[in-house]
Amino acid sequence: MKDETISAGIYFMSGNMACVEGAIAAGCRFFAGYPISPATEIAEHMAARLPKVGGVFIQMEDEIAALSAIIGASYAGLKAMTATSGPGFSLMQESIGLAAMTETPCVIVDVMRGGPSTGQPTFPGQQDVMQAKWGSHGDYEIIALAPSSVQEMFDLTIEAFNLAETYRVPALLMVDGITARMWERVVIPPAEEIKVNSRKKPRVPPDKYMPFLPDEDMVPPMACFGEGYRFHVTGLTHDELGYPRAEDSAVQMRLVKRLCDKIRRNAEKIVRVDEVMLEDAEIIIVAYGIVARAALNAIKRARELGIKAGLLRLITLWPFPEKNVAKATEGSKAVIVPEMNYGQIVREVERAVKTVPVYHFPKLGEEPHMPKEILEAIVRCGSL
Amino acid sequence: MGRAEVCILKDLCKGCGLCIHYCPRNVLEWSDEINVMGVHPPKVVNKKECTLCNFCSLICPDLAIFIKEKLDAR
Amino acid sequence: MSIAEHPLSKYLRTELMPHIWCSGCGNGIILNAFIRALDDLQIDLNKIVVVSGIGCIGRIAGYLKLDSFHTTHGRPIAVATGIKLANPQLEVVVISGDGDLFAIGGNHFIHAARRNISIKVICANNFNYGMTGGQSGPTTPPKAVTTTTPYGNIEYPFNLVHLASAAGATYVARWTTFHVGRLIASIKKMLLRRGFSFIEVVSQCPEMYGRYNKMRSALEMMEWFKRASVVADFSDPARAEITSDRIVVGEFVDAEKPTYEELLYANIAQTTIKRT
Repeated sequence: MKDETISAGIYFMSGNMACVEGAIAAGCRFFAGYPISPATEIAEHMAARLPKVGGVFIQMEDEIAALSAIIGASYAGLKAMTATSGPGFSLMQESIGLAAMTETPCVIVDVMRGGPSTGQPTFPGQQDVMQAKWGSHGDYEIIALAPSSVQEMFDLTIEAFNLAETYRVPALLMVDGITARMWERVVIPPAEEIKVNSRKKPRVPPDKYMPFLPDEDMVPPMACFGEGYRFHVTGLTHDELGYPRAEDSAVQMRLVKRLCDKIRRNAEKIVRVDEVMLEDAEIIIVAYGIVARAALNAIKRARELGIKAGLLRLITLWPFPEKNVAKATEGSKAVIVPEMNYGQIVREVERAVKTVPVYHFPKLGEEPHMPKEILEAIVRCGSL
Repeated sequence: MGRAEVCILKDLCKGCGLCIHYCPRNVLEWSDEINVMGVHPPKVVNKKECTLCNFCSLICPDLAIFIKEKLDAR
Repeated sequence: MSIAEHPLSKYLRTELMPHIWCSGCGNGIILNAFIRALDDLQIDLNKIVVVSGIGCIGRIAGYLKLDSFHTTHGRPIAVATGIKLANPQLEVVVISGDGDLFAIGGNHFIHAARRNISIKVICANNFNYGMTGGQSGPTTPPKAVTTTTPYGNIEYPFNLVHLASAAGATYVARWTTFHVGRLIASIKKMLLRRGFSFIEVVSQCPEMYGRYNKMRSALEMMEWFKRASVVADFSDPARAEITSDRIVVGEFVDAEKPTYEELLYANIAQTTIKRT
């Protein structure tokens, strides 16, 4: 069956559409979702596009079911994704914990809207970013990326799949409603130039296979159902054979430590940031998503006013780029964190920035921070 | 007759008594032994009566009893 | 004499046995029946996946030497949907309990049945939440005493076969653990057919449910099943009651309807053909 992934070229698309094309380019062949503003277009576009590449689309009865189906499909051998917004993201948390515990590669897109609760369904927000890291119960790690352009909705969806498959974790795309729904130019490279990797397969025969025996990088090779390995997967604390060992504290310590360390210790390889005019910067903006676009404009205008401003754009939210933030803000006068929430990533920045004052710049509602608003904040900081 | 061999995995039995009660030919009875579970497993008392109906092995929640047909008896 | 000597031990993860279920628990009989069905059919053990939820019966996925997934509470059918659609060649069987499938997991059950996706569901209905110590559940009989209905259950229970057939399941049967022979036959039939299939197994829980309801032993519960059961194949599931005097068992629905995965993959083939 000739598969019809999108051909190389320049396109004009919405973020949600680019996300779908990125997923397909990354080898995603299973999507289970549930309608929710402002993420529904991803489901709609998947419904139209996946069959064309021999992929499975299903609309489930709720978001819990959607992510549960994703976990099943991933263990049946397919790269799988779901997309939702705040309310659905909250419903998915227990299953995110199951995916983390069972080391299920999967991608979850959270198109963030105003919260809490029903909030502002058609307005953008960045209020779920802490939930992305701490939303489920117990100690675990996930990877979360924050696109700030339609091009990145394509590129970072591919990266999310590659990271999910490499580290066998849920990889989250935390995107504000604007970046997801605005239309922009997207350059789609030829398929052969797109780096796509998949889960490690077992290197031993079934009778020797231990489904949760890790390699050096702390990630176990992954067999799938139907390949003759006849292995067990459970959300219970389990040993390297995958057998339930909920009564054994040593097994619990070993397992939870590995589930966390496999991300924390590989953070340097995972984390990506975008540094703009930081070398001599005195006022540094730390931002992500659509807000980083306004911040970029603001630091340029500040420079025109003779203020040494710079931008550190977080592409990876989790694991949090602590070292990058510490290094970038060393010797500066002030750090400003504009966010479309009432203080979330700023807390992580404060932890990373020891000596310099950090100012939070919250903005909620229909509009993200305007460049002139960020410029005013820079000027105020400069004059302190 | 006696063409059946009743095999009892004594230490798997949790002593529910279903096999003893529901055997249509009363082939089984409580033994006096105490197994690792701290219960009395069944014992065969009327081996010749067994008709290989297999009900004891089907109704056993512990997979602690099964019937083998003695080939030489045929 | 270990379990390894049992003729059907090849279907079991013997290193995890003996199982954790209480003396006389019906779950053991369901495990027993299931592996006999596998053995009779000589099913390809590399092409079957068992998915279980949370509860005593949930541990069954671990005991079966198959591809198996022990999911979170209430979610086995949703996980099974993903498995089945990702690889329709796999036989996907969900084995779980009355609380897991019909309380927290009820939404997934009715929708999977509505879709007629080829998932085979076995429900161990022992009228309560045994694992957590004997609380009432969606099938607990009226007036029954449990740890959360100390003054008698005031709720009306689901009739599972009525609910399953109303939701769209194309195979619906109910047996008790006493009817183990017919249960095996039903499981075999279920494994060989397509479409959403549901078998309710009325099952004894002497330690919890039985303890609080004057049936302290497996024998007493089994005697209830034996005494009260009436086989009424293809009778109206709406009237298939479970009371102290009457338990209506049998096959209630056995119909053919295009399955979700067939329609889905036909769609996929259609969209790709149109284009080439």
